[in-house]
Amino acid sequence: MANKKSNVTLQFIPYSELAYLTSYKRVKKLLEVVSEERIILFQGRLSSEEEADLIEETMKKIGKSKKFKGIELTTFSPKVTGLSFFNQVREGIAGFLVGNRDILTIIGPATLVREIKKDPTKIQLLLRK
Amino acid sequence: MKIRIIPDFFKRIFANLFSVKKNIRLGFYGPPNSGKTTLANRICKDWLGEEIGKVSKIPHETREIQTKEVEIKRKGQTITFKLVDTPGIATKIDYEDFLHYGLNVKESKKRAKEATRGVVESIKWLDDMDVVVVVLDSTENPYTQVNITIVGNLVARKIPVLVVANKIDKRKSDIKKIEAAFPEFDVVGISAKFGKNIEEFYESLFNIVKKKR
Repeated sequence: MANKKSNVTLQFIPYSELAYLTSYKRVKKLLEVVSEERIILFQGRLSSEEEADLIEETMKKIGKSKKFKGIELTTFSPKVTGLSFFNQVREGIAGFLVGNRDILTIIGPATLVREIKKDPTKIQLLLRK
Repeated sequence: MKIRIIPDFFKRIFANLFSVKKNIRLGFYGPPNSGKTTLANRICKDWLGEEIGKVSKIPHETREIQTKEVEIKRKGQTITFKLVDTPGIATKIDYEDFLHYGLNVKESKKRAKEATRGVVESIKWLDDMDVVVVVLDSTENPYTQVNITIVGNLVARKIPVLVVANKIDKRKSDIKKIEAAFPEFDVVGISAKFGKNIEEFYESLFNIVKKKR
């Protein structure tokens, strides 16, 4: 039986689709997709400044749209021995979207994703009922 | 030789005088309800006898930047700080969450609207900080994307960071987890509410400021 939870769309965005955009356009594109109730999975990660811009733009969008309530965001390295927490901070500073394809970023709309839990080998998306 | 020594001597004296008097913009950053305003209040009460802002169990109580100038003395040294208490940074704000705290729909919507503006303000003020205290609730998981983003932005801007593991009075408090998450930063465990370890906090704060100079 179909219900709301079965209609979740996961959109994969390849590295090449974001790499050559300006920071502003990158953030705008991600936010556009998320506000269409889709969960984004993309190769690489945003720089720290872009993450801050994404949060800023998210907040502005909440004010404008009734349906949009924000985002859940996480970065993830599939390598088990991958990134410690502080290394994730470092990678963000270096702006590794272009440089590191081993990192995955997940962004979901808060109306759909309640929480994202992660450990080195798995990611759990806890969806809203 | 004499001529060179004397001006250098006075230069040093004046440099020290001015460095002591310098106004340090000290930001309090962190997720909502981590105790940023409680800590800023503690400092203000200790040195001014008055508070900087209201605290509440309802998230996003601080929705506007609050500032206060305070002179802190320690071991014969005086530093003037401009405390900048910022709204908590979050990636989502749902007005319905406030309904659970007894607010009505109108109040909740107003609070949510103000809170979103507050987050934007907090991010904008990042560039203006000299030193930042990242206040974290030590009973909560520190491994969050918001924390990565805050710390990442501070490091990128070369702003010295002191991490405060707040709420150590609570049974679930786990300072070690915060230390493990931020191995390259000074972490000080405190209870801003009860003033526990506040001297250690001042000590760490002065050390960070000295390093900056």
